[in-house]
Amino acid sequence: MSTEEKIQQELLKRFSFLDGKVRLQRAKRLFADVPLDDFAAVLEYASRELRFPILLTITGLDEGEDLGFIYHLAREDGVTLNLKINVKKDGPSIRTVTAYFPGAEIYERELVDLLGARIEGLREGERYPLPDGWPQGQYPLRKDWNAKALKDKEAE
Amino acid sequence: MHDIRIPVGPQHPALKEPESFRLALSGEKIMEASVRLGYNHRGIEKACEERTYIQDLYLIERICGICSHAHSTCFLQAVEELAGLEIPRRAAYIRSVIAELERVHSHLLWLGVAGHEVGFDTLLMYSWKDREIVLDLLAQMTGNRVNYGINTIGGVRRDISAALAREVIKGVDALEKRTRYYIEVAKEEPTLINRLSGVGVLSRQDVLSLGAVGPTARASGVGRDVRKDDPYAAYGELDFEVITDKHNDVYGRTLVRLKELLESYKIIRQALDNMPEGQLAVKAPRNIPAGEALSRYEAPRGEDVHYVKSNGTDKPDRVKVRAPTLANIQTVALMLEDRYLADMPIVVAAIDPCFSCTDRMISLKQKRQRRRVMRWEELRVYGIEWYRSRGVDFSRLNNSLKL
Repeated sequence: MSTEEKIQQELLKRFSFLDGKVRLQRAKRLFADVPLDDFAAVLEYASRELRFPILLTITGLDEGEDLGFIYHLAREDGVTLNLKINVKKDGPSIRTVTAYFPGAEIYERELVDLLGARIEGLREGERYPLPDGWPQGQYPLRKDWNAKALKDKEAE
Repeated sequence: MHDIRIPVGPQHPALKEPESFRLALSGEKIMEASVRLGYNHRGIEKACEERTYIQDLYLIERICGICSHAHSTCFLQAVEELAGLEIPRRAAYIRSVIAELERVHSHLLWLGVAGHEVGFDTLLMYSWKDREIVLDLLAQMTGNRVNYGINTIGGVRRDISAALAREVIKGVDALEKRTRYYIEVAKEEPTLINRLSGVGVLSRQDVLSLGAVGPTARASGVGRDVRKDDPYAAYGELDFEVITDKHNDVYGRTLVRLKELLESYKIIRQALDNMPEGQLAVKAPRNIPAGEALSRYEAPRGEDVHYVKSNGTDKPDRVKVRAPTLANIQTVALMLEDRYLADMPIVVAAIDPCFSCTDRMISLKQKRQRRRVMRWEELRVYGIEWYRSRGVDFSRLNNSLKL
């Protein structure tokens, strides 16, 4: 059995609710959909027990009603585990993961600026990457956003 | 209690790209540092969603002028995985050859910048002169010094002929000689050793917790390298070592980059000697089946990460880019604290930052601005008038300089 398959089995053994939600896309690539409420437990287990010490980045997605967030974790042997959570777009609140990955701070700030995520527990700091005078409520990576609409609005 | 707070940047004394630091000083010591980025945000991820995959390839290649091949390859690996394409082995080898030549020109560029930042401009002149050798080779192979355009979905666009391969080997031989000389300089020249040792200290533990990448991580004893850990292109079939160092400072980062050059030459020679015969590319579909893929690549500055989500059309649903500098920049504030202000330029330069890569996304002009191109003569007249209106008259100077 390959390392990836072993990790998949460990995850399923520990969290029965992940049944059918962990897929091995190819060698070294595992993807899993995780319920929001159980995310902290899965992340802690993956980072500490399954030895995923690296957070490559966090991808934010606009999926219509929801925002999706993918936490791309990696092991020293190159296996990556991509944990995805979904939250409702009208209250897109998630917890910071800086307690597990201090380097996540800048990736979380990017989610705040570009997708309008609310990150609970993220410490005060400089925004990234939009300018200080950027209008409130404008999230460029949302699908209904475009630069022209913002320009027209400013021209009014 | 700190005496003074100063902003440094976004127009920065050490680097040619904008970023801003706020430093709290007590005398000459930096007590606190914070970093503000985003000045180069150009909207590339958003723009990718509105363009076809092949258009995106050329856009993504322009995320960065130095590691352009890194970004285009990283993006294509994800797209090719989604399309179920396996690129020909010859194409994989060519991608690795270009990738290593790119690393060579990037590391030589860095060596010059590092020399400049510590007042050792002879090193800048030497290393940039040598860098021309590799840039000329890249131009011969691809038609360009940077932004090579060698990649296409399913493979590469240009072959490396046997004659060209011989030219490359000749260039690599010359570069190896020079690199060995630089390593000797780095090991023996007190100017470098004393100026760089103990500066920009980053412990192994800090690298692990902040997730630093590339030579910055490897110089603190963390031997992570995607070429070994998650091989792509032809790296799985090539023999090379991951260089690490335990100095944990700017001196260590210098040694790591110099020794990595030797590994790159080794890789280039092997890849050219053992290049498999065969076609350069497989045919790619216009529409890419729905799915998602994560791609990793060891760029000169560290790991580059791309995530692509497709929806069955000819345009991606989402393209996400994490350039290596974003992973490294968080270590800078830490490295500056409790150090002298004069160390700041070299500490920042030592992660080999690239802010164009890091800030990929948006610029909105407030008002429509007209672009105008000025001819040399017009510019000269404009300059003379500008000074004359301020009471200085240059117009009577005899300017015999022919330009």
